[in-house]
Amino acid sequence: MKLGFSKDEEAFRQEAAEWLKEHLTGPFEILKHRGGPGDEHMFQEERKAWEQELAKGGWTCLGWPEEHGGKGLDITKQVIFQEEYARAGGPGRVGHIGEGLAGPTIIAFGTEEQKKRYLPGIKTGKELWCQGYSEPNAGSDLANVQTKARFNPETNKWSITGQKVWTSLAGESDYCFVIARTDPDSTRHKGLGFFLVPMDQDGIELRPIRQLTGTSEFYEVFFDQAQCDKDSILGAPGDGWKIAMELLGFERGVSTLGQQMLFQNELNQVIAKSKETGVWRKPRFRQDIAEAHIGLKIMRYNSLRMLSGGQEKLSKEALIYKLYWAGWHRRLGELAMQAWGPQAEIIAGPDYELHRLQSLFLFVRSDTIYGGTDEIQKNIIAERGLGMPKG
Amino acid sequence: MEFKLTEEQAFIAESAREFLAHVSNSDAIRAHMELPKGYDDQVWQQISQDMGWTAILVPEEFGGLGLGWVELSLVLEAMGQHLLCAPYLASSCMATTALLVGGNQEQKSLYLPLLASGEIKGTLAIAPPHGDFESGGMTVEYSPSGDDFIITGQSGFVLNGHGAQLVIVAARRAGSSDSKDVSLFLVPSETPGLTIKPRPTLDQTRPLADIEWDQVKVQRKNLLGQEVQTFQDLEVILSLAAIGVAAEQLGGCQEVLDQSVTYSMERQQFGKPIAGFQAIKHKAADMMLRAEASRSAVYYASCIADDFMTQQISDASELKEAASIAKSYCSEAFFHNASEALQIHGGVGFTWEYDIHLYLKRARSMSSFLGDPDYHREKIASRLLEESTI
Repeated sequence: MKLGFSKDEEAFRQEAAEWLKEHLTGPFEILKHRGGPGDEHMFQEERKAWEQELAKGGWTCLGWPEEHGGKGLDITKQVIFQEEYARAGGPGRVGHIGEGLAGPTIIAFGTEEQKKRYLPGIKTGKELWCQGYSEPNAGSDLANVQTKARFNPETNKWSITGQKVWTSLAGESDYCFVIARTDPDSTRHKGLGFFLVPMDQDGIELRPIRQLTGTSEFYEVFFDQAQCDKDSILGAPGDGWKIAMELLGFERGVSTLGQQMLFQNELNQVIAKSKETGVWRKPRFRQDIAEAHIGLKIMRYNSLRMLSGGQEKLSKEALIYKLYWAGWHRRLGELAMQAWGPQAEIIAGPDYELHRLQSLFLFVRSDTIYGGTDEIQKNIIAERGLGMPKG
Repeated sequence: MEFKLTEEQAFIAESAREFLAHVSNSDAIRAHMELPKGYDDQVWQQISQDMGWTAILVPEEFGGLGLGWVELSLVLEAMGQHLLCAPYLASSCMATTALLVGGNQEQKSLYLPLLASGEIKGTLAIAPPHGDFESGGMTVEYSPSGDDFIITGQSGFVLNGHGAQLVIVAARRAGSSDSKDVSLFLVPSETPGLTIKPRPTLDQTRPLADIEWDQVKVQRKNLLGQEVQTFQDLEVILSLAAIGVAAEQLGGCQEVLDQSVTYSMERQQFGKPIAGFQAIKHKAADMMLRAEASRSAVYYASCIADDFMTQQISDASELKEAASIAKSYCSEAFFHNASEALQIHGGVGFTWEYDIHLYLKRARSMSSFLGDPDYHREKIASRLLEESTI
């Protein structure tokens, strides 16, 4: 067990830092520290262009195997890049669902044809992805999928009908991966398929969801006989659940470290606010801010453990990750208001325009709900991590 | 960077758990904590002679194994898991560390081999009798007397003071108003004027003593490091010791979770094991979160301790922060888990017979030892807030 980096790794760090310093300028200058959680709707066009700039520099898909167009970098170097990216103020990645979730899933389950068709678009940052898991009646009960997929031999296409909800970036995406029921007589985890659906078509309608922040990062996606090719199903009909669960494992990868750098940036803003208001002198606040700092440090140590552990996806440190960061982040939102004092009540302008910390306070309420609520996380931890029986 | 245990480290941890499951089972803990010194000499013999654990931190040139902080933490973790009654933390972690950090070649040559072999046991006397470690209100004083020093005053909360042959005491220079005007001395417990008084403790597995210093004469050669310049050393020693305590707390934190899960699978109510109820599962999940976060904090701090002691990092502030993080988090995690474990055990958790109360008491005693969570958080807060240039 050791910390620290080799000379080769330090050289890589410098290379990454220099490239970012050189390129995150000019038209991209405005993107610094933007596009994180609660800010994801901002600067969409610029961030798409940034995605392609990154790709040109060879900084996308660092962990993918080389045979699939990736760089095949080890975990340590990916960690280093994430750290430098955040240090440079790199914006929230609009390509992260493709690079972090869709891509690895296609690499794991796709045919050669599918890999050729979808991976280059992700790699070059030209095709963006969103995910269609949740439905109005399939939230915590994720297996209660009602969206249907039917194969039509005449058109040789799949036809998808149903509704997905809480799809982020749906308005900007070229593809959506969708879980839909291929077997009409099936229930629960069986009879599901995993589809790669093009978004630009008549059978798909989007409605932005107005959130408690007043803004809309999430969409409802309506499928009314949306069409996709015969070979746009990943794996076989019936494999959908297995693939969907595998994909969730990718969510706890290296990107967690990038997320933590955004958290660090937010924590710094809260500290700065407290210095401005004088709240920093209050004994209770001092304890709380230290606790937040401690919590974030441990989050990082936990990620380093998780990443050093390699292939063991259900390691205990990985199982707790979502519950841990969600609770931490929600608490940070409260701390932001505490740091601000009474002034936190006055917003930036009409039409419910919010300051960043107000937006943080409200947006973090989603963290303990999406991607598996705290309560679902605890069930998973108890059952898979501790071997306790299902209710 | 490789933030996981090596095969050798995993083996050390496994063999420690196995050995302690045997020598420090429930019956043994209860027997040992009632003994006059609060531990069993034979077990100490086994730990030092058979297992060689007392030699972990001691370099080979002084008769030790020359291993590092990760190995020490793994052994301490197993000891915390099994509530071992032994002066290991006091002697092999705290006193040994003090010598490694502050001792000169002669002092190391004299004492380290004896500590490594377990022949003598050392401890640290750093707190005043009121135990308010946090105010830096050190009440033991020293004054020069010719070539030697005279130490006067009272120490409190000396871990395993009763039974220690070597006391390392922190004393303030008499008449000085500077709270950092501190020196450390190596004092054999047989020295005239030194009286060790055991105190009955709420946590019976953790014996504490008061020490009375009545004009104790100490020779200059027993001054640890340089006079008055040792405050930095003391901070480093206490940070390292705090990591040791956190490692023990991690062991306890995990053990009470494991006992709770086992119990909840066996205990039936409403016709089924209570482990199936979400009220219990969610408590257990929260406990696992705290145990895993504690583990990450302890392993990280142990790596930093290794880097510091091998001079791969020279800045003590990184060590101090990692120690404060580990100590504050693990203190609260252990207490939370012990408290929830008692609740999950229900009525039997309230009995003397079940072990949960022993863990609850240990969690309580170690939470305030070497600075409670508030103390460590305030240290972090002052660095973040006062020094912040944001």
